Amino acid sequence: MANVTIRIPTPLRSFTGGADEIEVRGSTVEQALTALGEQHAGILDYVLDEAGGVRRFVNVYLGDRNIATLDGLGTSVEDSAVLSIVPAVAGGAE
Amino acid sequence: MSVKKRRLEELRRTIEEVTPEDAWGLHKQGAALIDVREPDEVAGGIAVGARHIVRGFLELKIEDAVPDTGTPLLIMCASGARSLFAAEDLRNLGYDDVKSIVGGFGRWKDDGLPVEVPRVLNAEQRERYGRHLSIPEIGEEGQIKLLDARVLLVGAGGLGSPSAYYLAAAGVGTLGIVDDDVVDRSNLQRQILHTDDRVGISKVASARQTLQALNPTIEVVGYEDRLDSKNVERIFEGWDVVVDGADNFPTRYLVNDASVKLGLPNVHGSVYRFEGQVTVFWPGRADHPGPCYRCLYPAPPPPELAPSCAEAGVLGVLPGVVGLLQAVEVVKLLVGIGDPLVGRLLQYDALRARFIELRLERDPTCEYCGDGAVFPGYIDYEQFCRVAA
Ligand SMILES: [Zn+2]
Repeated sequence: MANVTIRIPTPLRSFTGGADEIEVRGSTVEQALTALGEQHAGILDYVLDEAGGVRRFVNVYLGDRNIATLDGLGTSVEDSAVLSIVPAVAGGAE
Repeated sequence: MSVKKRRLEELRRTIEEVTPEDAWGLHKQGAALIDVREPDEVAGGIAVGARHIVRGFLELKIEDAVPDTGTPLLIMCASGARSLFAAEDLRNLGYDDVKSIVGGFGRWKDDGLPVEVPRVLNAEQRERYGRHLSIPEIGEEGQIKLLDARVLLVGAGGLGSPSAYYLAAAGVGTLGIVDDDVVDRSNLQRQILHTDDRVGISKVASARQTLQALNPTIEVVGYEDRLDSKNVERIFEGWDVVVDGADNFPTRYLVNDASVKLGLPNVHGSVYRFEGQVTVFWPGRADHPGPCYRCLYPAPPPPELAPSCAEAGVLGVLPGVVGLLQAVEVVKLLVGIGDPLVGRLLQYDALRARFIELRLERDPTCEYCGDGAVFPGYIDYEQFCRVAA
């Protein structure tokens, strides 16, 4: 199991008590996200759909790479890896 | 004999002179033609292929223009006198083969050699854009590109305000602004194009007033419409770059689809509280095409998961940062310098004062920009965003 940092986007910080980064343990992206969901109930509903895939308005990055261009949720993660959850944001502050 | 005449005779003994016709022949074989006249002289015409470097800056700028001191130089002025002095200076600087053109531009023209009337900046433009002209990467050529450019801003709000303000200052010749909103007092915390005494008037009218007060020489084209599938191509036609500062998902997808269809670079920015994002979507780019918005997000979040800016709030300064990053990208695209943010997303976290860069890849199966994709047409964007995901 690797120690992984997950960057939480602003819209999801209501689930993490305002924290912008959460430390979890896991060997794959999926395990790391599951650990995040166990620590912060409800957050994964926003990230994953009913079938367990990444939602179409969300991207998950390992380092600077979209996991969709790697092995998806099965992508393995190493110690001190950084995952970023990046949802679509419309705001232009009109 | 005057000192001037004596000195010119001395120079003629050491500097080789060529006729315009011979110079033209040498130029075609690779010699560099350098015109050292003043800007107002060159405004009337210049030899085809000549580089214009005013005499006063010759020693400082010749290396940028002709880096190899082995390249033969052909120096031209109006009559063939100043070019002798200039040629000597260049030889002292280390250029091996420097010739002066007899009779200068006057004789060049009389001999029927090819001449063009260059695009040059007038005195006012030269003064206004002086700090651009000093940058080798921009210079007069780059400034002329900016003056000829047409940039369309979607939204004169938080992002559009700083973008448009600085693009007007930079001399982007034509700015288009699409916004159907009127100025509200709650806008003024960040939308710096507008003013307290314009609350209630159209944002397009207010933006035009501010931009033309800053730079009366640019043109502002206003569209007081809400973008929709019917008007989008009429409005988007004929622009060089689109700047997306929209505040809602239906418009984001519509701007994307129209930009993909028309092959326009779409300089995208968004903000949320203390966080901002910038990228350039440009699948139509000739080399190294990037993704479109749909490659990243095939569908928007359902409305209950997508709070509007009004609900979420935004630090007023933040769209300033993000909108100006967009403006910088626009200038780079127009002048053709640097590495544009194509295929890269720049995220700014104001609280941590940290920038993060993420790689964005084009989805070859994208319905709108994928390999061999045929434009599927515009959709009902409001409906799309109501039921999405
Ligand atoms: Zn695409």
